[in-house]
Amino acid sequence: MDSALASDTSYVRASVRTAVKILIVGHFAVGKTTYVGTLSEIRPLRTEELMTQAGATVDDLAGIRDKTTTTVALDFGRLTLSDDLVLYLFGAPGQQRFTRLWDDLARGALGALVLVDTARLKESFAVMDIVEKRGLPYAVAVNHFDGSPVFPDAEVREALDLAPTTPLVTCDARDRRSSTEALISLVDHLLTLGGETA
Amino acid sequence: MTRRGNGRALVRPHVVTGGRAHPTRNVFDLVTLVIATGDPPLHPGGTTPRTPLRTTGLSPEKLRIVELCRGGALSVVEIAGHLNLPVGVTKVLLSDLVDSGHLATRGAAPTVRQPEVRLLQEVLDGLRARL
Ligand SMILES: Nc1nc2c(ncn2[C@@H]2O[C@H](COP(=O)(O)OP(=O)(O)O)[C@@H](O)[C@H]2O)c(=O)[nH]1
Ligand SMILES: [Mg+2]
Repeated sequence: MDSALASDTSYVRASVRTAVKILIVGHFAVGKTTYVGTLSEIRPLRTEELMTQAGATVDDLAGIRDKTTTTVALDFGRLTLSDDLVLYLFGAPGQQRFTRLWDDLARGALGALVLVDTARLKESFAVMDIVEKRGLPYAVAVNHFDGSPVFPDAEVREALDLAPTTPLVTCDARDRRSSTEALISLVDHLLTLGGETA
Repeated sequence: MTRRGNGRALVRPHVVTGGRAHPTRNVFDLVTLVIATGDPPLHPGGTTPRTPLRTTGLSPEKLRIVELCRGGALSVVEIAGHLNLPVGVTKVLLSDLVDSGHLATRGAAPTVRQPEVRLLQEVLDGLRARL
């Protein structure tokens, strides 16, 4: 069984010493899984985390007795960026109640790309609150769905209450180039912030 | 902490950790890279002696992890994904396996320091090269 498993595994290049992560966040069905799958060089993986309704991850039995235990899927992918460096992308759940999972996700993350759908902008508020409370620098990408209204940037910015410096871009989570460009906007922004504090 | 094995599948992750909910040392980030210490030399024909793999006494889950990690480096979350284990459980098992010398982490320990400009620039260059 293990040999089959191992042969299906794409390992990190031997020269790689550094792994970083960026979170892809957004409400349900905004395109997080699609986005991670588009950019990942490995078959995207997922873990199922057991959660209590209160949001603690369940590694101990106390929570498992509780009927309100649910699972939350964490999907992620990997991009090799140089001989030395890999980037992991995580599709992060949009619910704050998954506190411990969010602790794990946010710790050491370079930043977050917030995916939004203009037809459901209000559903993004909660996610943006989490990201801001965690102090994660972020950029916003409108994942364009057919039939979703196209608003001027200024209106989206106002609706989402974005700081003037926060990047706002449009992308198609199914398209590699467009998704890569959205990520570049985020990292460009991070560099600007890093440059200020350095 | 009491164990209450009631036969449900949900109990399993706890049981595989031997009853502990947290790793003894909290060194694992989701993306910490882990590799087996008993690896073959990196270069074929290299002279690095191969450490014999000591697997006696390992639980089936730990054996699966060691076996998986012998192939090369993987992040904590990838190990969890490949083995269908929750991340918290995986961290506990990995922590044990590092303590017992079966596994090692690669590169710098995860930190919460501000990312350096140099690192961000490397990320940016790597992404641009993919366009
Ligand atoms: N038209 C369109 N559909 C998309 C796009 N991104 C995702 N979808 C679809 O929207 C649905 C939800 O996407 P998914 O990635 O599962 O969302 P998640 O819940 O945020 O992970 C799926 O059926 C996708 O195929 C996009 O950019 N355009
Ligand atoms: Mg999803």
